[in-house]
Amino acid sequence: MKQREVRLAKAIKSRRLIRRKLKLKKELIRLKGVSKTYGDKTVLDDLDLTIHENEFVTLLGPSGCGKTTTLRMIAGFETPDQGSVWFDGKDITNLPPNQRQLNTVFQNYALFTHMNVADNIAFGLNIRKKEKSYIKDKVDYALKLVGLEGYGRRSVTNLSGGQQQRVAIARAIVNEPKVLLLDEPLAALDLKLRQDMQYELIRLKNELGITFIYVTHDQQEALTMSDTIVVMNQGYIQQMGSPEKIYNEPENAFVADFIGDSNLFPAVFLRDERIAIDGVEFACVDKGFGKNRPVDIVIRPEDVEITEPEKGTVTGVVTDLIFKGVHYEMCIDVNGREWVAHSTRPHAVDERVGITIDPFNIQVMNKPESEDEQAAELEA
Amino acid sequence: MNRTKHISRVLGLPYRLWAAVFIVVPLVMVIWYGLTDANGHATFANVAAIADPAHSKALLMSILLAAAATLVCLLLAYPLCMFLVETESHSNSFLTMLLIIPMWMNFLLRTYAWQSILEKTGILNTALTALGLHPLRLINTPGAIILGMVYNFLPFMVLPIYNSLEKIDPNVINAARDLGASSRQTFLKVTFPLSLPGVISGINLVFVPALTTFVITSLLGGGKILLIGNVIEQEFTLAYDWHLGSGLSLVLLIFIIISVVISTLTDKEEEA
Ligand SMILES: Nc1ncnc2c1ncn2[C@@H]1O[C@H](COP(=O)(O)OP(=O)(O)O)[C@@H](O)[C@H]1O
Ligand SMILES: [Mg+2]
Repeated sequence: MKQREVRLAKAIKSRRLIRRKLKLKKELIRLKGVSKTYGDKTVLDDLDLTIHENEFVTLLGPSGCGKTTTLRMIAGFETPDQGSVWFDGKDITNLPPNQRQLNTVFQNYALFTHMNVADNIAFGLNIRKKEKSYIKDKVDYALKLVGLEGYGRRSVTNLSGGQQQRVAIARAIVNEPKVLLLDEPLAALDLKLRQDMQYELIRLKNELGITFIYVTHDQQEALTMSDTIVVMNQGYIQQMGSPEKIYNEPENAFVADFIGDSNLFPAVFLRDERIAIDGVEFACVDKGFGKNRPVDIVIRPEDVEITEPEKGTVTGVVTDLIFKGVHYEMCIDVNGREWVAHSTRPHAVDERVGITIDPFNIQVMNKPESEDEQAAELEA
Repeated sequence: MNRTKHISRVLGLPYRLWAAVFIVVPLVMVIWYGLTDANGHATFANVAAIADPAHSKALLMSILLAAAATLVCLLLAYPLCMFLVETESHSNSFLTMLLIIPMWMNFLLRTYAWQSILEKTGILNTALTALGLHPLRLINTPGAIILGMVYNFLPFMVLPIYNSLEKIDPNVINAARDLGASSRQTFLKVTFPLSLPGVISGINLVFVPALTTFVITSLLGGGKILLIGNVIEQEFTLAYDWHLGSGLSLVLLIFIIISVVISTLTDKEEEA
């Protein structure tokens, strides 16, 4: 009997391990072909998105790209014009928000100003008619979790922005949702507090072991916190992947430009492993972009290596030097094009320097298809 | 600094003068008349006269009818405001206009209009007779007075409630839904409590004028139903007993003060 249990436990454990290794995480939320139009403005266009259990997913994109709308679809405040929303294998497209097993932390906190801190946090539990003693324990636990012990009887209107934010988080997690939706929760906080809260949110997520869907327009925040980043623009998903992948291998110019400082240049893909920037040939590692085709390339500033002029693949003149703390940032004029380089060794303004690039650090991307090209393809 | 103070004092002068002449002086006169008799001797009799059954009955009736009118206004205004706030469309401004335009008409004129609608041979009864139905006894009933109060004072209920509902962040409502509340629970636990300041000031703005009106009662009550406002009016205009009229006014004033104090207290509690 006992042996069997042990064997069973082992089997379950090993399956879990395998699942983790193969990244076969269980699918939890799926948006299938979701579209939404307000008036004549298409906010989401045929959006497909899969979110797994226990994942920290960040929707990242400029203001107005449809992040909040996507979140509202998942929470149930908005119904898609087309497509469907799935949760744990069930179609929840038309399920009202109060019947969904997820909770939201709103951008502007949206606290109940007519209740004190404890009553705000207890709201969901009171609705579910939990026992008084259970509610009290849960509220105390949640207050502790967000670092607001002893604040229960305070009025929420007298709290600072950061404290209100914590109440909003406590109010959501006390219900033990499977998924927590957070809409730019740190946007209104100052830099120092924002960084502290980033760590606290990660700690909280690990402690709770639930899925976080996080919305931000701050790329640094997305890179720091996420398992998966979904880069959005104008209602489309531009790229989806791990922070490393998004940073190192952006799939198009928009992603490259949006994530971090970068040298984003038009170039010509001469042949496999060979490109030309402004007529100068560089070695790269990419293949399969055709022959003599216009492409975009991105080189991160920290990958621009500065050498003596005669050793560089190209040469240029330093036009600007800024001390950034850990490194110096230099702007280098190379035949009229500005390159940005990060280095721990400064070079004076007006100094002539050479530049070399490791082939591995040149990221080649297809040019975005213009509408004319698409039209031509359709006609052909 | 001193200069601006000086200027604001000068600019405030007309208002001070206005307040002195049209608020303080009449009030002092009412208190003076109310607490003296015809010979100028101090007396409490004018105020105590409220105990006279005819007077206390009028006061009770006033309170009842004003309360009923306030309740009807609340029941009409609240759903209307919910609708206006939720739909937020172009038809909104149209609806608001419909509500406001009657207020541009003279108060007396509006009430006379209702008189001619409700009269024994008025528009409504003429229509009923034409349809072969029995004419109804509409005018000179408490119902007609309540109707007149509701019609005249409804905007004063709508505007504060609309303002307070309008101020509620839609995400606060979403948050309640998100936390598991049904639409009903959301209304009871979030929307209504947050709109309470508007409701209270609406109640005040309707109850006080309804309590003191005498025009609506004379025109739609036909002198058969006497409210305290009518009693006071008659003391001044028919009996020429300014002392008794003032004494009864003071009683009414106390009721008004009580109702205002209650509402400001609940309002304060709400904020604390
Ligand atoms: N209820 C609405 N009515 C009309 N337009 C809306 C509505 N909600 C959002 N939009 C528009 O949809 C676009 C995307 O909005 P949103 O999802 O809030 O963007 P984000 O959160 O990424 O900044 C914006 O241009 C916004 O103006
Ligand atoms: Mg947004």
